Amino acid sequence: MAKNRRLLGDIVFYAFVIGIGIVMIYPILWMIASSLKPAAEVFNNAISLWPSEFVWENYPSGWAGFGGIGFATYFKNSIIITTIVVIGTLLTGSIVAYGFARLEFKMRNILFACLMATIMLPVQITLIPQYIIFNNIGWVNTFYPLLLPGLMGGQPFFIFLLIQFIRGIPRELDEAAIVDGCSKLGIYWRIILPLLKPALVTVALFCFMWTWDDFLAPLIYLNDASLHTVTIALRNFMDTQGSTSWGPLLAMSSLSLFPQLLIFAFFQKYLVEGIATTGLK
Amino acid sequence: MTKRKNVTASLTLESARTKHDNWSGFLSISPWLIGFILLILGPMIASLYLSFTDYNLLSSPNWVGLENYRNLFSDARFLKSLEVTFKFVFISVPLKLIFALALAMLFNTGRKGSSFFSAVYYIPSIIGGSVAIAVVWKQLFGRQGAITQILSALNITDTNLIGNPNTALFVLILLVIWQFGSPMIIFLAGLRQVPAELYEAASVDGASKIRQFFSITLPMLTPVIFFNLVMQTISGFMTFTQSYLITGGGPLDETLFYAVYLYETAFEYLRMGYASAMAWVLLIVIAAITFLFFLTSKYWVFYQSEGGR
Repeated sequence: MAKNRRLLGDIVFYAFVIGIGIVMIYPILWMIASSLKPAAEVFNNAISLWPSEFVWENYPSGWAGFGGIGFATYFKNSIIITTIVVIGTLLTGSIVAYGFARLEFKMRNILFACLMATIMLPVQITLIPQYIIFNNIGWVNTFYPLLLPGLMGGQPFFIFLLIQFIRGIPRELDEAAIVDGCSKLGIYWRIILPLLKPALVTVALFCFMWTWDDFLAPLIYLNDASLHTVTIALRNFMDTQGSTSWGPLLAMSSLSLFPQLLIFAFFQKYLVEGIATTGLK
Repeated sequence: MTKRKNVTASLTLESARTKHDNWSGFLSISPWLIGFILLILGPMIASLYLSFTDYNLLSSPNWVGLENYRNLFSDARFLKSLEVTFKFVFISVPLKLIFALALAMLFNTGRKGSSFFSAVYYIPSIIGGSVAIAVVWKQLFGRQGAITQILSALNITDTNLIGNPNTALFVLILLVIWQFGSPMIIFLAGLRQVPAELYEAASVDGASKIRQFFSITLPMLTPVIFFNLVMQTISGFMTFTQSYLITGGGPLDETLFYAVYLYETAFEYLRMGYASAMAWVLLIVIAAITFLFFLTSKYWVFYQSEGGR
């Protein structure tokens, strides 16, 4: 009896979980399947997850881009921006976090409160003056406005995450290093940074995904098509060619998600632990 | 002798540390501090000033006092965008969190495959904000899209959901709910913190599963619920990309999110002064709601360390 109930519970559980799983994953599978469908089938055979014939041609034809610029350029731009922002965030973010977590200085608590307050600050509040500033110094239509935040410690949330992690590292290690004649910078470089690795991996992964996905900043700052990122290019592709070439459009959409899905496949554990402990999105 | 030497050594060490920390402290946080002053604090003050002007990027700003703020509240599109955004946040956030909690409870039963499925459920949270998914959503729910065809085959509705003013917002709400994976994982972590003894004691006392849920699980989870509620609400108010790309704010402004209207005002009509006023109203709304959450939290958020309410 109890065994039957247990079995029934299992059946209900798996039916439910698999059912919802299909709904969750359907849009992604649909995107990949449709990126391989013949043009007419995106509509005629819309629901199906299996193309009647596999049109691999959609990928090269999407990659060729539109308006004379190929997706190679857009991917190159996105990769440049993302790489610089991620590396900048790791370096500057960790040293800022080290300062807040370990060093005593005037107004530290007030400044820490400022840092915390900016986590919740809506981007809209600084967007317009930032644009005006960058416009005045001639940085609109360059990558600089997109790179700068990454060289200034990165997202405040990341700094906070790193601070919390450093606070968990025993201070005895610092003291021992001081006795051995290690400087403040030496402690950061030799003690804190190596121990910070797990937190840095989490920050790197989320920073990569957010920067790769970023739409608003490139939309505002990048005018020339040759400077556009993948996100902006996809949007223009959709607006100009969307009604005629869904296959190539969805092929490039799938390709744009490839890095994120790859990260998910390999670093799932870090991502899940990252959000479970810090509440990252 | 050696002991004394150690004491003096540690004393000089102590004073050396405090002396040098100011300098090295500011040096180490300087990347952030410079960014904070130049990219956050300065722009915030500038934005506040601009909100009292008619600045349009082309000519220099003229002081207009409270005019922008007064005009906002007679601007039908502004009021519409407020209404749409509130509706969006207050429908999507609770539904998303209920889904997240329900599935976290299910996975917490520890059946085989739970961690695999919860990982799969998390995928939409990773990619949900991307342009690629906006493209997919637009196609799935648009004219002749897969979902439109399914609904039509089931005789539910023939119109495409994005084109219909009554349903367009729900297409965007659905996209938010689809991303319930990340709060679910936070809930799962919270559920694992609930001491098993509590359930054992309750079972001994003959409390039903439902009773256990309301008397143990839910109260123990309130800090996590509170955290999720605040974070999701704030990000809900700032939602931009999905509405901008999928519905373009339409049809008939039914999905004109606050952030979309602000973007249009600032960067399409170049009404920078007016848009700055909108940004400050947004900040005030978000701050007020967050404050309300914190104010009410003492009545419903249960912190274990306090040993009860």
